[in-house]
Amino acid sequence: MTSLVSMVGIEKSFAGVPALSKANLEVAPGEIHALIGQNGAGKSTMIKVLTGVYRRDAGTVTFAGAESQVSSPREAQEAGIATIYQELNLVPLRSVTENIVMGYEPKKFGIFVNWREANARARKILARFGIDIDVTEPLGSYSTAIQQLVAIARAVSLDAKLVIMDEPTSSLDTSEVEVLFGVVRELKNQGVSVLYVSHFLDELFRICDRVTTMRDGKNVSTRVVSETTKLELIADMLGRDKDEIAAEGMTELGGAHAERGDVLVEAAAIATGPRLSHFDLKLHRGEIVGLGGLLGSGRTEAARALFGVDGVKSGQIHFGDTGQPSGPGEAIGQKIAFLTEDRKAEGIVPDMSVRENLTMALLPKLSRRGQIDFARERALVERFIKSLGIKTAHMDQPIRELSGGNQQKVLLGRWLATEPNILILDEPTRGVDVGAKREIQAVIRDTVEKGVGVLLISSEFEELVEGADRIVVMHEGRSVSELQNPGITENALVNALAGDDRGAQP
Amino acid sequence: MLDQTAFDLRKYLRRNSASFTVWVALLALITFGLLRYDNFGGAYNISSFLNYNAMFIAIALGMCFVIMTGGIDLSVGSVAAFTSVVAAYLSPYGLEVAIPGAVAAGVGFGAINAFCIIVLNIPPFIATLATMLGAKGGALVISGAQTISVDWGSNFTKLGMGQAFGLPWAIYIVIALTLALWVVLEKTTIGRTVLAIGGSEDASTLMGLKVNRAKAFAYMLSGGCAGLAGLFLASGFGAGQPLEGIGWELSAIASVVVGGTLLTGGMGSIPATVAGALLLGLVFNVLNFENGQGTISFSAYWQMVIRGGFLFLVILLQARVIARHQKGFGA
Amino acid sequence: MTGTLKIGGMPLRFHGGIAALIILLVFNALFTPNFLQLQTLFVNISQVATIAIVAMGMTLVIATGGIDLSVGAVMALAGALAPLIFLSDFGVANPALGVALAIAIPVVVAGLCGVFNGWMVAVVGVQPIIATLILFISGRGIAQVLTNGNLQTFSNPAFSTLGTGKILGLPFQGWLALVIAIVLSLVIARSTFGRYLLAIGGNEKAAYLSGGPVKRVKIAAYVICAMLAGLAGLIVVAINSASDAARNGNLMELDAIAAAVVGGALLQGGRAPIFGAVLGAVIIQLVKYTLLANGVEDEVALIAKAAIIILAVWLQQFRRRA
Repeated sequence: MTSLVSMVGIEKSFAGVPALSKANLEVAPGEIHALIGQNGAGKSTMIKVLTGVYRRDAGTVTFAGAESQVSSPREAQEAGIATIYQELNLVPLRSVTENIVMGYEPKKFGIFVNWREANARARKILARFGIDIDVTEPLGSYSTAIQQLVAIARAVSLDAKLVIMDEPTSSLDTSEVEVLFGVVRELKNQGVSVLYVSHFLDELFRICDRVTTMRDGKNVSTRVVSETTKLELIADMLGRDKDEIAAEGMTELGGAHAERGDVLVEAAAIATGPRLSHFDLKLHRGEIVGLGGLLGSGRTEAARALFGVDGVKSGQIHFGDTGQPSGPGEAIGQKIAFLTEDRKAEGIVPDMSVRENLTMALLPKLSRRGQIDFARERALVERFIKSLGIKTAHMDQPIRELSGGNQQKVLLGRWLATEPNILILDEPTRGVDVGAKREIQAVIRDTVEKGVGVLLISSEFEELVEGADRIVVMHEGRSVSELQNPGITENALVNALAGDDRGAQP
Repeated sequence: MLDQTAFDLRKYLRRNSASFTVWVALLALITFGLLRYDNFGGAYNISSFLNYNAMFIAIALGMCFVIMTGGIDLSVGSVAAFTSVVAAYLSPYGLEVAIPGAVAAGVGFGAINAFCIIVLNIPPFIATLATMLGAKGGALVISGAQTISVDWGSNFTKLGMGQAFGLPWAIYIVIALTLALWVVLEKTTIGRTVLAIGGSEDASTLMGLKVNRAKAFAYMLSGGCAGLAGLFLASGFGAGQPLEGIGWELSAIASVVVGGTLLTGGMGSIPATVAGALLLGLVFNVLNFENGQGTISFSAYWQMVIRGGFLFLVILLQARVIARHQKGFGA
Repeated sequence: MTGTLKIGGMPLRFHGGIAALIILLVFNALFTPNFLQLQTLFVNISQVATIAIVAMGMTLVIATGGIDLSVGAVMALAGALAPLIFLSDFGVANPALGVALAIAIPVVVAGLCGVFNGWMVAVVGVQPIIATLILFISGRGIAQVLTNGNLQTFSNPAFSTLGTGKILGLPFQGWLALVIAIVLSLVIARSTFGRYLLAIGGNEKAAYLSGGPVKRVKIAAYVICAMLAGLAGLIVVAINSASDAARNGNLMELDAIAAAVVGGALLQGGRAPIFGAVLGAVIIQLVKYTLLANGVEDEVALIAKAAIIILAVWLQQFRRRA
């Protein structure tokens, strides 16, 4: 059987940093093929090369038997590749019909859009998937699931031979997922191939035929789904077999036993919106509480609630005597610190220096009558550069010139400098090289020893398993269970996260 | 409106609530005027009102397309001043030459805007602010900083002063333009693309729409409409006026947003924009009548203050709508 | 990476401005009659001061990622108020107090315009262009309503010092601009306000999540900008010994944006080169002067200015990528 898609030896780098190196991918006609890997493994880049958003540096792409040279999304569409992106790329203000036919409207006299025909076409396509809605309503007035299906309907209406779905279920509820799976199977029946990108391993076992795992910019394995196990896939994703685990050892997080002190924060059944509907937490001095959960399970939203970014609509939070802070400024005053997940968008100010970035949260304390005390600032930054081992030419170097790991250390320093009681860390070692990763972990451990309570959000199982005293497992905006160390194994965590039935309540 | 097979009045009203409001306000103000002033409904007032506002409607129509893409065109006033001079110079050759000439000059400025915005990647307000300056300078240069009297011998002044069936010529042109643009927006690919860009430019690109073509169209259309307004100006007042057009962009923007078009783009209506322009014009008409009755004494300078206040109110209302949309459509 | 290339401690882009300045000076020295005379210097300083003062305020607003189109209108408003105050019965009866109030009140009113702009942008969340467009038009309208559109002429030596006075032989407003520039650069470099200002423009989310008072700082930037515009409006009135609400500050928003951008401010924010804005103002003024002195009409100068703005913003993009 010849492949529908064949990507061989794809290379792509951004500003000299390789995102893909010698990556391969084969998708057979009429196959549902999964593409998995950790964040930053190169899945998205691979897809964007295939759909012409990025130009590949090297390698060949063959599609439907011919060498593909698509250089824009439109060309990809015309070649028969349709993509449903993670952030829906539709226009919510416009009607369902428009979103389906846009750019390919049926015409009267060759110029005027024939809306009657267009609406009929939109209805017909949606009906094939068992959906009956008013297609003249703005797309945005429907649920995310419907929007997702409209995106798929658009793809199908363009006679796509390959539909790429990037995390299609991350914002769907159980019944919606069923509808989506029905549509995916329907596509397969019609001979359309589906490239399915997902973090939810269970789903793959339900609908996919084969699965390709990527790690560090290359494909590491392609397995037939019916012949593999979840653990095998996780091992592929993490790149850890038994030998490696033995050789590399553990993270720097584990091994310590600080005395658990007073309760720092107690949250009971708090909700901030659809993405955080029920969250319980108790955090003591001198302990690390891990927040486990898949992408979109509400971990970050829980952190934002504690930091006062999103107001709590119901439930209670107590930080000792005080309640939820009104915003970051007040949270910092209450000795809470929050290292955000997205370093670029929410962390660094790229054009500012290491020094200015490091002291940003401490500014009110570093100044007198609005004047910054530069001597104190420099001394403090000097101390943190040393203690955190930040590699920078000098403290006035713009932070954008530093490596990811060193940027992260500066941000960690920003929060440690505020001498917090509660330190919330959202993916503190993401996109950081191995060396810096271990250094950051060591600093976190040190901090806990000093009596700080840490809330650790991490997608890296070993960080949670080895570092956390307890792990609160989250699922669809709710905290559903709690694992207690010692005794947590990667297996147990994997089971708690992925083995959990979708939508199951505690 | 999109689907005649299943027309549902309630749904239509709900979907067009913003534009609906402007029609109600317009009707209310007209009723008020008719009841309060004797000559309000007189042929003279109607005809001169429509004639004077024809140019503002034209500009608002072009601005509407630009705003629907999520952009802005601050150059329309100066471009109209420029084209009024061009039209005055071309007036001896009659309307056959003056109309295409003036409109082409406007489209030319629109093309410059489009080039700066699309090719040079300059923010729309900076690009059009610079064009505003350039057009103003250009108008002063070609006119020698003088008003240029038109040729009264040709048919040129008919456009701005002539009447047919009791209504000025200009208003027929504006009606035709409105209908044409309505069809373009509702029924053609480029019109739908304009709306999609305003809704989400990234999504439009990823959907494979011809984003740049539609944006260029919007700015050139806006320039062309400003050209038409300049033509009306020259022909209605008998002179090309290089110093006119100050604050017209604000009038146009106000008309467009009063008509329910979102400032962030993606949603808008052609007829409601016209209603918005009429409403804004009518406010001044009513004020004039009040002045005439001696109950108040508003100088002409209040115009700008009132326009600003009007825009302020509408923006405040819209800010809530936009916030709601962003919440509803979040992520 | 060239964006960080520095010569003599100054970023390269600053040298681009200096180079333009030197070219302009050399050209004028060679071709413009009477350029190298003290009188020419005075004329240029008194003209450049108002542009520079407004451009410095604009730089603060641009540093937050915003823009203020209303500066020209605010100048007109402040300029219209001043003569109304010192020509009023009270002002005539108490000349000293009258002049003091004629300076203080317009600047405060200008500040209130800034509060309005800042509130619209930071609290209501309207795009800066639209928010400031409101006062861009109605600000001047208010000024004309106040004066009934009349030209207000006056003779008040005390007040005119603002525009015609001299200190050490140099125009008073030149000194004023210099003092403002020094104060503002110190504020940017040394105060928490300055640090937050740049952080907001550089990454607003990060600044907010680090506890920065984002709304307050933004509003403050618009207030300072408007107050400086008000001051500039007073200077223009003082120079002319007349207040014309229709012309005072007309198109100043363009001069100010151009000066700020030429001086190295990035439209997306995060940079506040105060002395750059002064340099930009000098360049803009010199271009204007060069064209005028060499017989090019005022109108053509407008077109040249439009071209400079487009060029400066276009060149900026390459800096950003670098």
